[in-house]
Amino acid sequence: MFKPLLLVPLLPLAGFLLLVLGGRRWPRALVAVIGVGAVGLAALVASLVAGALFYMPAGMPREFTQTLWTWMNVGGFAPQMTLHLDALSCAMMLVVAWVGFLILLYSAEFMADDDGYGRFFAYMDLFVASMLVLVLAGDLLLLYLGWEGVGLCSYLLIGFWYRDPANGRAARKAFIVTRVGDAAFAVGLALLFTQLGTSAIPQIAERASTQWASGSTLATAAAALLLAGAVGKSAQLPLQVWLPDAMAGPTPTSALIHAATMVTAGVYLIARMNVLFALAPAVQLAVAIIGAATLLMASFAALVQTDIKRVLAYSTISQIGYMFLALGVGAWSAAIFHFMTHAFFKSLLFLGAGVVIMALHHEHDMRKMGGLRKELPGTFWAFLIGAASLAALPLVTAGFYSKDLVLARAWVAPTGGLWLWLAGLAGAVLTAVYTFRMVFLVFFGPVKEKPSRRPGVAIGIPLAVLATLSIVGGFIELPASLGGRPVFSDFLASALPVAAAEGIPAEGWLQAVAGLACIVGIWLAYVCFLRSPALADRMAASAVGSALRRFWFGGWGFDWAYEQFFIRPYLWIARVNKGDFIDAFYAGVAWAGRLGHTLLSQTQTGNVRWYAMGLAIGAVVFIALAVLL
Amino acid sequence: MSYIFYISAAVAVVATLLVVTRTHAVHALLYLVVSLLAVAMVFASLGAPLAAALEVIVYAGAIIVLFVFVVMMLNLGRHSVERERGWLAPSAWAGPTILCLILLGELFYVVACGGGAEVIEAAEVGPKEVGQALFGPYVLGVELAGMLLLAGLVGAYHLGRREALGEGEGEAPQ
Amino acid sequence: MTAIPMEHGLALAGVLFVLGLAGVLARRNIVFILMSIEIMLNAAGLAFVVAGARWAAADGQVMFFFILATAAAEVAVGLALVLQLYHRFHTVDADAASKMRG
Repeated sequence: MFKPLLLVPLLPLAGFLLLVLGGRRWPRALVAVIGVGAVGLAALVASLVAGALFYMPAGMPREFTQTLWTWMNVGGFAPQMTLHLDALSCAMMLVVAWVGFLILLYSAEFMADDDGYGRFFAYMDLFVASMLVLVLAGDLLLLYLGWEGVGLCSYLLIGFWYRDPANGRAARKAFIVTRVGDAAFAVGLALLFTQLGTSAIPQIAERASTQWASGSTLATAAAALLLAGAVGKSAQLPLQVWLPDAMAGPTPTSALIHAATMVTAGVYLIARMNVLFALAPAVQLAVAIIGAATLLMASFAALVQTDIKRVLAYSTISQIGYMFLALGVGAWSAAIFHFMTHAFFKSLLFLGAGVVIMALHHEHDMRKMGGLRKELPGTFWAFLIGAASLAALPLVTAGFYSKDLVLARAWVAPTGGLWLWLAGLAGAVLTAVYTFRMVFLVFFGPVKEKPSRRPGVAIGIPLAVLATLSIVGGFIELPASLGGRPVFSDFLASALPVAAAEGIPAEGWLQAVAGLACIVGIWLAYVCFLRSPALADRMAASAVGSALRRFWFGGWGFDWAYEQFFIRPYLWIARVNKGDFIDAFYAGVAWAGRLGHTLLSQTQTGNVRWYAMGLAIGAVVFIALAVLL
Repeated sequence: MSYIFYISAAVAVVATLLVVTRTHAVHALLYLVVSLLAVAMVFASLGAPLAAALEVIVYAGAIIVLFVFVVMMLNLGRHSVERERGWLAPSAWAGPTILCLILLGELFYVVACGGGAEVIEAAEVGPKEVGQALFGPYVLGVELAGMLLLAGLVGAYHLGRREALGEGEGEAPQ
Repeated sequence: MTAIPMEHGLALAGVLFVLGLAGVLARRNIVFILMSIEIMLNAAGLAFVVAGARWAAADGQVMFFFILATAAAEVAVGLALVLQLYHRFHTVDADAASKMRG
C-alpha cells in the first residue's frame, strides 16, 4: 500500500519536465491541466498513502521506508536515496500537496493574462516536487537536495517578471541571504557525517543519542549549524531581511512558497532532527529566544507597512517565530500543528490579497484601497475568516487552537517560560491589531477605487476550501479544557517525542487570557483605524511616533545594518582588489618587456660606424675570452 | 734575403699608417698603392711570386684604379680636405686607437704563444704548383669565385646606374 | 736566405689588420672606410701566404687568390653603392644614411 509513495514527488517532477518541453507551444488549457493536475494527482496519492499509514495495525511502528538506490559511494560516504514516511512527514506531505494543489488551481485563473504561463507552472511544479522530496527524505543529503531545490525555485519565481531589474535584485537578495544559512547547514551535515559516520536520519538520531552526551560540544555545534540553516530558510532573526522583498514575485508564489511551505522547511528540519536538539539544550533555548524575538520584531514592523503583501510577509515571519518558540520549548507537535493551521489561513490571506490586487489593477498600497466589502463579498468573507484565524479569534478558528497550544507550552517551559509566554502574548495582541488594521483599511471605509475584475470559479473554489479549513482545521486538537481530544498530537506522537507530559496547570486561565488578547487587539484596531482614523494619524505624526514608524517600516534597520557592515566593505574590498598584486605581477612583466625594448632600441642608431665599432668591440672581447680561458 | 722582408714590412706599415690618416683622398690612395707594392715585395721575399704578381696586377692595378675612378666622380679632391680635417679631430681617434691597441696586444699574445719554432723555409712555391693546386683540389672554389665575380659584375652594373633605384624611366622591371 | 720566423710574418699581418680596423672605425668618409676594409682584406691574405710559405705548400697562395677575387667583387659592388648613396644624399658622410634607427 505504500509503494506509490515514490509517485508523490515524482508526479510534480514529471509535470515540470513536460512543461519545460512544451510549455511555450501548448495551449493554456493544456498547460494548466498538466501543471495543476500533476500536483492534484500527487495530492491524491499522498492521501492514499497517508490513509494507509493512519490505519496501520497497532503493533507495528508507524513508519515506512523506501530505499531507491545508493546515490554515491565515495570513501565510506554512501548516502542512499531513501524516502521515509512517518507521521511527521505524512502531515507535512499532505499539507504541501493539498495546499499546493489549491494554490495552483487558483493560479490557473490568476496568471491567465501572463506571457510566462507555462514557465510559471513549470517552476511551481518543480517547487512542489522539491518540497516533497525535502519532507519525505530519509537521508540528510537528500533533504539538502530538496532544500536547495526549493531555494532555486524561490529564486526563479521571485524574479519571475525578470524584465524589471528590481525583481532580479529581490530574487538575488533572497538567494544570497538563504545561502548563508545553507552554507552553515552544509557544514553541519559534514560534521554529522564525519563524526557519526552516516547521513541517514534515523541512524544519525540513534548514534547521536548513544555517542554524544547532552550538552557536548559536538552536539551543540551540529545543532547550532542546523539552526543557522533553518534560520536562513525560515526568515528568522537575523536572516529575515529577504522575505519582505520576496513579495516581488507573483501572489500565488508568495502564498505557496513564502507563506505555507518553503519558509516552514526550517521548522521541519528542526522537528525532524529533534533528537539532536534535545542533546543540545543551549541551542534549543536559542531556538525559543530567536522565535520570541522574531515574532515581536516582525509584529511591530507589520503594524506600519502600507503594502498589503508586505504586511502578510512580516506576519509570516512572526508566525514562524511562534513555531520556533514551540520547537524551542520542546513542544514539537504544537509547532507542527501551528504550521498546519498557518498554511491554511496564511495562504488564504495571500490568495485573497491577490484577488484584491488584481481587481484594482495591480495596486498594492492599502491606503489606496477601501470599502471593498460590498464590491467583492466572497473575497471579503474569505479574507475575514483568514484574518480571524491569524488573529486567533477564540473557539471558532483553527488559529486559536494552535496558537493557544503554543502559548500554553511556552508557559510551562523549563527556562524563561514566563518571558517567552509574555512575548507570545504581546505578539498575539499585535497580530490582532495589524491583521484587522489590514481588514479595515482594505474592506471597510469609503470606496477609493472600484474593482475592475471579479474572480471566477477557479479562484473561488480554493478560497472556499481554505476558508473552511481555517475554521475546522483546529478541531482535531482540542485541548483538555474543551474536551481533550488531541487527535493530531496522538498521531504525531509516533514520530515526535511527546512534550512534557504533566498537564498544563492553569490551562483554562491561559486560554482565557489568550482569547482576551485577541479581542483587545481587534478592538484597538477598530478604534484606531475604523472609528477614528485621525487618532492613528496623530500618533503616527508625533515625534516619537514618526521615528518609531520609520524604524519599524524599515524592518528594524536590519537592511541598513547589513548594507553598512557587510555589503559596503565587501564591495570596497572588491574594488580595491581589482588592481591586485597578481595583476600587478603580469602588468610588471609587460612593463619590464617595454623597458627592455626602450633600452635596447637605443642601440639601433642606424649609424654604420656605430655598428662597426660594436663588431670590433665584440671581436676584442671574444678573442680575449678565448685567449684567457 | 730576410732583410728584404723586414724593410718591405716597415715600408708597408708606415704607408698604411699614412693611408688611414690622410685627408686628401688621392694622397691616401697613392700611399695605399705604396703599401700594396710593399706587401707584394713581402710575398716575393717569402717565395710566393705568383701572389706578388697578383697583388700588383689585381689589387694595385685594378682595385685601386676603381677607387680612383670613384674619387674622380665624387670630386673628393681638394674641396673635401677641410671637411675631412674637421671629421678627423683627435677625439675621433681616441676610441679606435685604444680598441685596436688591445686587439693588437691580443694578436701578438696569440702569435707568441706558439713558441719560436716555426720558420719559413727558403723554398719557393712557383706558379706552376699554384696552378696545379687551383685546378686540382680547389677547382670547385675557382668556379665559385668565378660566379662570385659574375654576381659582383651584375650587381655593380645594376647599382651603379645613373638614375636612382625605383625612379627608373618608364616601367623598367626591377 | 736566412729563415724568417713565422711569428714575424703573422705579426706584420696583425699590424696591418689593426691599422685597417682603426681606419674603419675612425673615418667618416665612406670611400676611406672602403679603403680601410681593403687594407684589412689584404692583411688577411698576407697571413695566409705566410702560413703557406711556412709549409712550402700552394694552399696559402690559393687562399690568397680567393680572397683577391672576393675583394674585387666586393669593391665593385661597394663603390657602386657609394655612388648611389652620393646620388641620394649628395654627401659621402657615412652618418647621413641613418634612417633605420630606433
